[in-house]
Amino acid sequence: MFTYFFYLLKSKKVPVSMTEWMTFMEALDKGCVKSLDDFYFLSRAILVKSESYFDQFDVAFQEFAQGVENAQDISDQIWEWLKDPLNKALYDEAQKAACDTMKLDELMKELEKRLKEQTEQHDGGNHWIGRGGTSPFGHSGYHPGGIRIGGESRNRSAVQIAAERRFRNYRSDITLDTRQMKIALKRLRQLTRTGPEDELNLDKTIDATAKNYGEIELIWQRARKNTVKVLLLMDVGGSMDPFSLMCSQLFSAAHSSSHFRDFQYYYFHNCIYDNVYDNIERYQAVSTNHLLNTLTSDYKLIIVGDARMAPWELSERWGAVNYYERNDIPGINWLKRIADHFTHAVWLNPDSPQYWDNYTVELIAKAFPMFPLTLDGLDMAVQKLVVKR
Amino acid sequence: MVKNNGFDKFSGSADYVTSEPLRNVVNVSIALGKPLLIRGEPGTGKTLLAHSIAKGLGKRLITWNIKSTTKAQEGLYVYDTVQRLNDSRFGDKDVSNIKQYIKLGKLGQSFAAKEQVVLLIDEVDKADVEFPNDLLNELDEMSFYIPETEETVKAIHRPITVITSNAEKELPDAFLRRCIFHYIEFPDPTLMEQIVKVHFPELKGKLLGEAMKTFYMLREIDDFRKKPSTSELIDWIRVLIAAGVPHDDIASEIPFIGTLLKKETDFYYFTKRYMTKTGDKYMMRKR
Repeated sequence: MFTYFFYLLKSKKVPVSMTEWMTFMEALDKGCVKSLDDFYFLSRAILVKSESYFDQFDVAFQEFAQGVENAQDISDQIWEWLKDPLNKALYDEAQKAACDTMKLDELMKELEKRLKEQTEQHDGGNHWIGRGGTSPFGHSGYHPGGIRIGGESRNRSAVQIAAERRFRNYRSDITLDTRQMKIALKRLRQLTRTGPEDELNLDKTIDATAKNYGEIELIWQRARKNTVKVLLLMDVGGSMDPFSLMCSQLFSAAHSSSHFRDFQYYYFHNCIYDNVYDNIERYQAVSTNHLLNTLTSDYKLIIVGDARMAPWELSERWGAVNYYERNDIPGINWLKRIADHFTHAVWLNPDSPQYWDNYTVELIAKAFPMFPLTLDGLDMAVQKLVVKR
Repeated sequence: MVKNNGFDKFSGSADYVTSEPLRNVVNVSIALGKPLLIRGEPGTGKTLLAHSIAKGLGKRLITWNIKSTTKAQEGLYVYDTVQRLNDSRFGDKDVSNIKQYIKLGKLGQSFAAKEQVVLLIDEVDKADVEFPNDLLNELDEMSFYIPETEETVKAIHRPITVITSNAEKELPDAFLRRCIFHYIEFPDPTLMEQIVKVHFPELKGKLLGEAMKTFYMLREIDDFRKKPSTSELIDWIRVLIAAGVPHDDIASEIPFIGTLLKKETDFYYFTKRYMTKTGDKYMMRKR
């Protein structure tokens, strides 16, 4: 019957399998669906197994239910919203009064302007369109006359819920919070037996006891522990400032992951030269050679940086952006030395991959496998770190 | 709601408020005999759902709490070889009867039960990554084989299985394919009001309104390390009632804020940014 929906989900990259589809058919067969709402919740429960796909599912469902083209095109939603005078009626008198301070025409013009200017998702603040701010655009904000994009409503039908796409936050290709990062980093593990011999090996105990003519002989062994050691090098300042929140989240996730045997972290600016810094205000320096000498090559190296700089900062002697660094070896050579030393290394780039066609980014991506700093990117990076290059 | 198919049973219980989609999903999972996988923010009542199903349907609940050391085998049965070995040394028991050394685990118990039971596998993601895979066949067939006694334990009535997860580890796809999934969203104010009323049937409108307003205001702040959840709201209301705080002070002073914000950093962040201190007293800043 609804085979079209199945392929629609597939085309929206929701991982649905035949098994699940057959289960769904069985449920339909048993008469579990009486309305479109039932259909929405039931199909979601059976076919989608992670809230990170709810958003894609909603998009697919919307298209399925209404034949709406371009559901992702948010500006259509906004125009719909603006055209509907009922939305204004939702406000009470006081809010309406406040609303009138800005005319709808003005609001529309302003919105159009800001949509053009704005290129990324934005939360908080008082100008851009996003969530939780005081700008008149976006949702969950404090501007009573504002235009809500998405957000909540009353008496919701399934199609409306799908239209709301409330699960946008959970999409795994969007920048992540600490908890998700921790989960991703958890996969970075390598179990080896260490510590005191305090685990009973039952099989060996039975063998030994049998050999001992039934006199019980207990065999102990060491418990399995994670032996992964991690070195984190982070670019700070300058072009990295917009990403500082994201980077500090990664940092706190790695830092509070107690399961690494050793975790070291240093900072640098733009590129790594003779020194890295163990203080974020960049007063205390540690020589890069010292790191290479003291840290064994089995440390998993994660470098975080946007890899964007002037070409000479990479290729020239004395090219460092800080004049006092006076590097005798060009930055790219330093990076190659580091890449050669550590057998497992990745570069995480907080910049979106569409901006990676840049001279220095491409050069660095040749030395280190580069991944975007998103949940998916971090996943791929961790997989890369588990196997040798 | 779905009706007349012999499975539409669950409609919530007196002390647990559910949304309609959740009720439907529970009923569908009962109808299809598939495990129900529940995820959601901490404090949204994932574990309580199983308790509520058991209570609502008048069935016995078997809880299997998963720890990081839990092995799939333990859920089925444990063959107590050490006990048998020990008995054989002192010879006061007939050790040839292996049956007495086979102890059924929680999963085993739920299969062997004479009547249909509710099985709760709590926090399945705490265990090793491979754990869910080891249970695939058992959950599919609802049966397993004990080689030691050459017996097969098969469920007479497929237990109603509820599995909760906190998304600490990703669950294997093969496992997910066999489950019905539901994500419990954080309750919206209307639902939350119902939940609070279940706990405090006597609660007066003003206190509830003020407390809810304050609570959702705190939830809006994205910078908290730990946002207050349902259980914190209920604790807070309990304290407010016990202390007899004047209703007008609730939103302006947020008394006993410690019951809502449990991390020190959150507390300092909030009081510094949103409140002013006069003497010992914190007051909300005027917007």
